[in-house]
Amino acid sequence: MPSISLKVNGERVSAKVEARTLLVQFLRENLGLTGTHVGCDTGQCGACVVHLNGRSIKSCAIFAVQADGNEITTIEGLATESALHPLQQAFWEHHALQCGFCTPGMVMSALDLLTRNPAPAEDEIRDWLEGNLCRCTGYQNIIRAVQSAADAMREPC
Amino acid sequence: MQDFRYHRPESLEPALELLAANPEAQVIAGGMTLIPTMKQRLASPEQLVDLGGIESLSTIHQGPNGHVSVGAMASHADVAENRYVLSRIPALAALAGGIGDPQVRNRGTIGGSIANNDPAADYPAALLALEAVVRTHRREIAAEAFFTGLFETALEPGELITQVEFPVPAQAGYAKFANRASRYAIVGVFVAKLANGIRVAVTGAGPSVFRATPIEEALARDFSAAAIDGIAYPPEGLNADMHASPEYRAQLIAVMARHAVGLALARAK
Repeated sequence: MPSISLKVNGERVSAKVEARTLLVQFLRENLGLTGTHVGCDTGQCGACVVHLNGRSIKSCAIFAVQADGNEITTIEGLATESALHPLQQAFWEHHALQCGFCTPGMVMSALDLLTRNPAPAEDEIRDWLEGNLCRCTGYQNIIRAVQSAADAMREPC
Repeated sequence: MQDFRYHRPESLEPALELLAANPEAQVIAGGMTLIPTMKQRLASPEQLVDLGGIESLSTIHQGPNGHVSVGAMASHADVAENRYVLSRIPALAALAGGIGDPQVRNRGTIGGSIANNDPAADYPAALLALEAVVRTHRREIAAEAFFTGLFETALEPGELITQVEFPVPAQAGYAKFANRASRYAIVGVFVAKLANGIRVAVTGAGPSVFRATPIEEALARDFSAAAIDGIAYPPEGLNADMHASPEYRAQLIAVMARHAVGLALARAK
């Protein structure tokens, strides 16, 4: 079996995995990081979005071996001991989730957007979240949460 | 999914050697088509050769004759955001920025897209309309000769695309009527005004990308959206599926061509 070594949420991780292991399986089953969800398993729904070297990807559409030597950030890597990430806080405050299944992917996708575009217009947020499906909220509060988080993240600390 | 042997060479030579030694090996670029296909067991390669470790394949730079040279492993996001592409062929950047969704654009590559030649993929329209050249490790293939049919290309076994070279058009625009779920083109039309004439390439509508010569002729007389009015594209031979009938696709060709001309003219202002 191939050996892989990568950084996940800042920590060095090494493991032997079958080549066919999807990154999302590796995160959930080997590392116990079950915040990253498997929704459709076909690259459509975005519940499995994580960051690979700072860019959002669908972890059901990449093999763990392909992430060898790279850096992964999952939803578990955002909050600190004492505080939620501004995006998580905004999702909480704006009721941007109902069942919550899509939320980790939504947050990771939105974070990629705000990293490259700190002040997105509403239509830019809607376009960006094209690859994230939510079956509960109707998206309105998700958009509001991302706008609110963008404001919070632009404020000088 | 069946397990496989995985290789990630760091340069072209060992990749070519692996492919020559293992004729059944499958190349993986961004994996946006191959991995879902493997999950469905429509493909079960025993060996995968990942081109993701070959950094030289993802560069975008000025190529011969002032062409825009895009490395085969450049992601759709790379092309969409690249300042050189944005300044020379903004329609190409816009096309890349409209493929799939942001996560697909971060992984999917131009080389993977054109090697797969999905009938509903966006890039084939850009290559055909811009008279791009596909450079492989052993030869150059004109776009016109590259796309040979449904999921078929002129690539030979073991032949790897290294770059795609795009001549810079005077004006260009791409418009697609996208499937609401997948963002694949139900019909996509790329219009380009080149030094040697007008090219109009259509994707999504037929088994493989093709040129809409009646529209090219109309635009050669008058490069305006109005010039396309009254052109009824024949539905014979166009795709029929749950998304659209051949007649609907034929109608969309003219509609998308008008949009594409409008985009090209708006950019020129």
